[in-house]
Amino acid sequence: MVAFSLPRNSRVELGRRHEPAVQPKRPREFKVYRWSPEEGRNPRLDTYVVDLDDCGPMVLDALIKIKSEIDSTLTFRRSCREGICGSCAMNIDGHNTLACTKAIEDIKGAVAIYPLPHMKVVKDLVVDLEGFWAQYESIEPWLKTRSPAPAKERLQSPEERAKLDGLYECILCACCSTSCPSYWWNGDRYLGPAVLLQAYRWIADSRDEATGERLEALEDPFKLYRCHTILNCTNTCPKGLNPAKAIAEIKKLIVERRL
Amino acid sequence: MIADARVEAARIRARGSAKSGAEHWWRQRLTALANVPLVIWLVVSFVSLSGAGYAEARAWLSGLFNATMMVLLILSTFLHARLGIQVIIEDYVHGRALKVASLVLLDFVVVALATACVLATLAVFTGS
Repeated sequence: MVAFSLPRNSRVELGRRHEPAVQPKRPREFKVYRWSPEEGRNPRLDTYVVDLDDCGPMVLDALIKIKSEIDSTLTFRRSCREGICGSCAMNIDGHNTLACTKAIEDIKGAVAIYPLPHMKVVKDLVVDLEGFWAQYESIEPWLKTRSPAPAKERLQSPEERAKLDGLYECILCACCSTSCPSYWWNGDRYLGPAVLLQAYRWIADSRDEATGERLEALEDPFKLYRCHTILNCTNTCPKGLNPAKAIAEIKKLIVERRL
Repeated sequence: MIADARVEAARIRARGSAKSGAEHWWRQRLTALANVPLVIWLVVSFVSLSGAGYAEARAWLSGLFNATMMVLLILSTFLHARLGIQVIIEDYVHGRALKVASLVLLDFVVVALATACVLATLAVFTGS
C-alpha cells in the first residue's frame, strides 16, 4: 500500500545512548533501529559508541561487537561475513546493502542502521522475507527440460554460459526489491527486481526448455509490468548486478514473440 | 503477523498470470514515438501562427495536412495519456472499488474529451 508517512505506532523515537566505560581513542556512533514485538512500544533509535581501533573494518564487525560487548539484545541476521549468503542485508547510511561488505570508513559521521525498507519487522534489523521467498518459489527457479536426458551432463558452450554472467551472482539478499518503490506499493503482486532477475537467469539459460511458459507466467500487469525502470535496484545492488536490465530483457523477449 | 511462505506461494499461484501487459507496454512506446513528430509540428505551427488572428488560425486548420496532423495528435496524445494515467492508478490506488471506478472514469473522460477535440477540428476543417 502507498504510505507517505509512517503510521503512529511505527514512528521512530529517540532511544537509549550506550556510552563506553572507557573513553575510546577513535569513537564512532552507531544509530541502530530497535523494535521488539514483546515490548508493545514504538520503534526507537539506540546509539552505541564503538572504538574503531578495537573493531573490524566492516559495519557487521561493529554490529557483532555491539551485540557481544555492549547490548546482547540487539537482533540481526548474519552468517558468512563475506557477501555471499545475503543474510545481513539492511539499510545502512540510507542505502540498502550488506553489513559485511560495507566499510565503516566509507561512511561519514554517525552510522545509521535500519532494517530493509517497507518490510514487516520481526525484531530490530530482522524483516519478514516469507513473501519474498514465496515469490522466488513462484518463478520455479530450477532447470526444466523436455528433451531426453543425455548420457552425461547437458552441455553449454562458453558463449552460452557467458549469458549467465551478471545473473548467477545474485545472492537473493533482497536489497534491490526492498529499494524499489513499485515493490513498496505493490509488493504483494509485483515480483520485484530480485525475483525477476532470477526468472531471467532461467530464461537466459541455454539448457532450459521452458522459456515459453516462463514468459507466459510473467506477462502480467503486476508481476512484471510494475517495473517503471526507476533503477533503484541497479543503484543499490551490493553485488554490482543490473536487475533493471534483466527485467528489460524479459519485456523485450515478450514483445519479440509477438512481432 | 509473520507470513508463511507456503501460504504466500499458494496465493501467488492461485492468482496466476493475466497474460497481458505487453500490448499496453508496446502501445505506450508506440504513442510516445508518434508524439515526437506530432508535437514538433504543433510547436512549429504555433510559433508560425503567433500574432495571427482567429480567421488565419481557422484557415490554417482548414488545410487537409494540418487537420490530419491535428486529429492524429489528438488520438495519439489522449491514448498515451490514458495508458500513463492507468499505470498511476494501478500503482497508487489500492481500494478495489475506488480503483475500478477510477479506471472506468478514466476511459469515459478520455473518450469524451478526445471525441470533442476531434469534432471541433472537423468542424473547422469542414467549415461548419
